[in-house]
Amino acid sequence: MRIVAEHLSYTYNARSPFETAALKDVTLTIEEGEFFGIIGHTGSGKSTFVQHLNGLLRLPSSMKKYRPKKPKKGEVLPPPVVLRVGEFDLTDKKTDFRALRKKVGMVFQYPEYQLFADTVRDDVAFGLKNFSDTKLTAEETDAAVCAALEAVGLDFSELKDKSPFELSGGQKRRVAIAGVIVTRPEVLVLDEPAAGLDPLGKQEVMELLHRLHKSWCKTVIIVSHDMDEISENCTRAAVFADGSVKAVLSPRELFCRTEELLALGLDIPLTARLCALLAREGVAVDCDFTTEDFCRAVLALFGNKRGERT
Amino acid sequence: MKDVSFGQFYPVDSFVHRLDPRLKIVFLIAYIVAIFLASNFYGLAACAAVLVLIVVCARIPVGKVLRAVRGVTFLVLFTAALNVLFYGGETVYWQWGIFCVTFEGIIFSVFLALRLVLLVVCSSMLTYTTTPVSLTDGVESLLTPLKWIRLPVHELALVMSIALRFIPILMDETARIKNAQMARGADFERGGLVKKVKATIPILVPLLLSAFRRADELGDAMDARCYTGGKHRTKYKKLRFTWRDLVALLTGAALITGVVLMKVYLGVPY
Repeated sequence: MRIVAEHLSYTYNARSPFETAALKDVTLTIEEGEFFGIIGHTGSGKSTFVQHLNGLLRLPSSMKKYRPKKPKKGEVLPPPVVLRVGEFDLTDKKTDFRALRKKVGMVFQYPEYQLFADTVRDDVAFGLKNFSDTKLTAEETDAAVCAALEAVGLDFSELKDKSPFELSGGQKRRVAIAGVIVTRPEVLVLDEPAAGLDPLGKQEVMELLHRLHKSWCKTVIIVSHDMDEISENCTRAAVFADGSVKAVLSPRELFCRTEELLALGLDIPLTARLCALLAREGVAVDCDFTTEDFCRAVLALFGNKRGERT
Repeated sequence: MKDVSFGQFYPVDSFVHRLDPRLKIVFLIAYIVAIFLASNFYGLAACAAVLVLIVVCARIPVGKVLRAVRGVTFLVLFTAALNVLFYGGETVYWQWGIFCVTFEGIIFSVFLALRLVLLVVCSSMLTYTTTPVSLTDGVESLLTPLKWIRLPVHELALVMSIALRFIPILMDETARIKNAQMARGADFERGGLVKKVKATIPILVPLLLSAFRRADELGDAMDARCYTGGKHRTKYKKLRFTWRDLVALLTGAALITGVVLMKVYLGVPY
């Protein structure tokens, strides 16, 4: 499903002293099949943006009603707001948000804090039962839950009757992710999926997302401020700052612009830092900033034939 | 978060915002006494006039004030209806079994409803214009005499300030959990009462867990900074009585006196 947003704005607590404009005229297109990154400093509007994608935040009603009529003389109408996810038009009041949420899975920050059921099986099946129109048999439910748990690398028969609160932090997070992907959404949105995990846990989650992108959900969107996550995985990334989109670039283009990123209060990945250090020594390394490609490029520079093969 | 206005600080700078919190608390108590002392509409009118003055001086928008009232609309209407039906009295308009609508009943209900509304508005004015921190400072200072009977005043004030501080945090948390469950297809609007109550379980369980987790973390953080309680602690902000407080104090005293005089000389509401 292709995601198109044009001139999207959102204000929290409008018309009060707490008023904050979280999104200002955001225009962004995410193609089907992308592994898309959204980066930005805290409060840059990235979470607000992704919450629009499954209708958890809706456009203010004034905007929904807005359809350009004949402009008065000399009046310039603001451009129309567009927000489409696949065939769903989110500017339309009548959109079936339940059907939309089934197609767009959303994993929030620290998703393990949403676990509530007595057993892992019941918790993962929660979304499944909510979204299905007919009553599912126990076998159907178990089959779907089993598939989802296996997709996140957990063993169904071992965990199904355990309480989700007995599990380790990393396991809890996987169970929570399984609870979202169990309905087989076409788009999977994850807000800081690796936050608060140890390095190994982070790596495991990123590998998991890669597997999911290949075999489970067509489009994966991650919100992150860990630049290594972005450089290693994403096909393209949007830079949010102060409520608007500053750039949409591939990691290769993005992390060449080190100074601009640092000026926005963002970090750069380790590989980009190494490239910068090498550049200062007069060695220009041309790579797409994944660890693998960085190694290849460096080895190639030093004339190692093995480097050419990888 | 935006729907909760009762009990939330409204950040503007005004005469009322700058008053000493102790005075505001005492004023609120005095005001409530005045409302219940008032035995006729003149007294209530005086109370209402003072309240309008406070709202204007505090620069709180009328919408905010009305929203505080909206929360208790049902309670007000319900008590008023009960009183109309059961109060009794001499001038009977309509009677059916034990129900009886009388002139006295109607007057009394209107009176009671007004009292409740004034009470709610005045209390919410206290929280609108006072930050939780200065509110607890005020409470602590006012309760100091109770230290003589070994009441842990400082600890009580701390419990209160933590409770107040956690309201917005837990509201945010609720919103976040609600969103997460809605993303998994939870529906909190459809279905009958039983279904709706059941639908809150996926919110309540994580919310309770998170409240306990936060309490643990806060306790650890306080331990880590060697927090031991009230003894030998100094205040960052000292409370001071100023000319503003004197003005407010005189207004309060005048209101009580006025209400008592009207009670004595003008009598019952009708």
